Amino acid sequence: MAAPDVQRTVDAVWRIESPRLIAALARMMRDVGVAEDLAQDALVAALETWPQSGVPDNPGAWLMATAKHCAIDMIRRDGRLRDKQEQIARDLAAQLALGRSELDAVGQQIGDDLLGLIFMCCHPVLGTDARVALTLRMLGGLTTVEIARAYLVPEATVAQRIVRAKRTLREARVPFEVPSGDELAPRLASVLEVIYLIFNEGYAATVGEDWLRPALCEDALRLGRVLAELVPREPEAHALVALMELTASRTSARTGPGGEPVLLLDQDRSRWDLLLIGRGLRALDRAQRLPGPLGPYGLQAAIAACHARARRAEETDWLRIAALYDALAMVAPSPVVELNRAVAVAMGFGPAAGLELVDALAGEPALARYHLLASVRGDLLERVGRADEARAEFERAAALTGNARERELMLARARACQSRRRASRAPAATRC
Amino acid sequence: MRFMMMIYPGIEESEWQPDAETVAAMGKYNEELTRAGALLALDGLHAASKGARIVYRDGQRTILDGPFAESKEVIGGYWIIQAKSLEEAMEWAKRVPSDGNMMLEVRQIFEMSDFPAEVQEAAQLSQTPPNQTSA
Repeated sequence: MAAPDVQRTVDAVWRIESPRLIAALARMMRDVGVAEDLAQDALVAALETWPQSGVPDNPGAWLMATAKHCAIDMIRRDGRLRDKQEQIARDLAAQLALGRSELDAVGQQIGDDLLGLIFMCCHPVLGTDARVALTLRMLGGLTTVEIARAYLVPEATVAQRIVRAKRTLREARVPFEVPSGDELAPRLASVLEVIYLIFNEGYAATVGEDWLRPALCEDALRLGRVLAELVPREPEAHALVALMELTASRTSARTGPGGEPVLLLDQDRSRWDLLLIGRGLRALDRAQRLPGPLGPYGLQAAIAACHARARRAEETDWLRIAALYDALAMVAPSPVVELNRAVAVAMGFGPAAGLELVDALAGEPALARYHLLASVRGDLLERVGRADEARAEFERAAALTGNARERELMLARARACQSRRRASRAPAATRC
Repeated sequence: MRFMMMIYPGIEESEWQPDAETVAAMGKYNEELTRAGALLALDGLHAASKGARIVYRDGQRTILDGPFAESKEVIGGYWIIQAKSLEEAMEWAKRVPSDGNMMLEVRQIFEMSDFPAEVQEAAQLSQTPPNQTSA
């Protein structure tokens, strides 16, 4: 096999094997940073060895055995040997002597290790950027370069974020464990938040020229599916998967031929991905069958399901969507939810009713610089025939968004208001 | 990216009689794909001999009922997986349990963005798809 082929194969093996490799090492070494270094050492060894020897039949087991050898070397090399570490080294040597691979272990151990790693990477002691970078790196199998490219930041920034995050975890003495009891819910919420943040960055890029970064959406979906299988009794984990699958099903309908965004109600629904819709509806069903009412992700997934089930935009069940937003505003109140509720109310009960709710949000400081408030208000004003005010709102939305594609769309709508106003000077013209 | 992995069992169709052990190994493999978040869909197919073919030759249409002569080279089932590269999809394909005689083929699935603009334009269907398109 030529060297570049081996490189690509090693990359592929790494993506598949590295999460459980790092997870098992983190449990053994009681340190995520050390675990990742060891896994990297094993990766380097693979890149040196495999071009000559060929890729082994069980590359995961090979990487694990190599990482364990590296661990023993590291512990023995380290002058400040402590008894505990010496014990770890002896255990590892014994495992190697028996030819045992952690990856052959029963599913339960691998699952616990992975969960431990997920909770560690998404620990609340870390800032959001650090949690996202660490999760993509350790669980998504992404390289620092790939993460940097996805987030349009310099590679050094990502590398530094990861180094700092590992140090923070070490200094805070965050234990490698799956939280239980009262601790589980908030820790799980933090994990779900990180995965959804990654998805959203891919789905509606906050910076840059491109409106969509599908690879990041796929990474988040994959992480979500892994998590849902690891905590099958947690409805919100399935609900998040449902929400992401259903949202992602609209990906190819979401941009026009020139790369410009196409809004939900204007989309060609024949382009929606039936495979992902089916998966999303099944995941939502799984969430709904578990005990307890729907949580924030469950309600958002149920809303996405209403859209997915409507073959035509006019068939959308807006009354149900408005009711789901009412429920969402109860369990997870936020100005953004209020804004979406206003849109649903406008669709279900007319633009004037929606505008009333939107105007109530006008003084909301959290939304003062939120482009979607301006864009929604512009839309509703346009529909009640207040074209001048509508144009001003679209222009404001254009000025507020950081996304180039979205800015173009807003400016186009502002221009459309102007021309329509001229047209509507004709006496009989009424539109809503 | 999505890939389809197709399996060609490589034995006479009449001998397709998977035992419990084979089925269990395949089940374990499918579970591994699921746990990795990579599996999107999969199906096994009934024997080609129970199916039928439509063949066009020089504009002439012929309908053929099974069984067919080349019964060793027929597809037995497929997986649709999510992967970042052909190499990653191939890594998954290498892990499909084998009884020693079979073929796997890995192909990338087209996405709308793979097509040039004019083809995407042509694919733009009606905004109001006919009723029968919804299940």
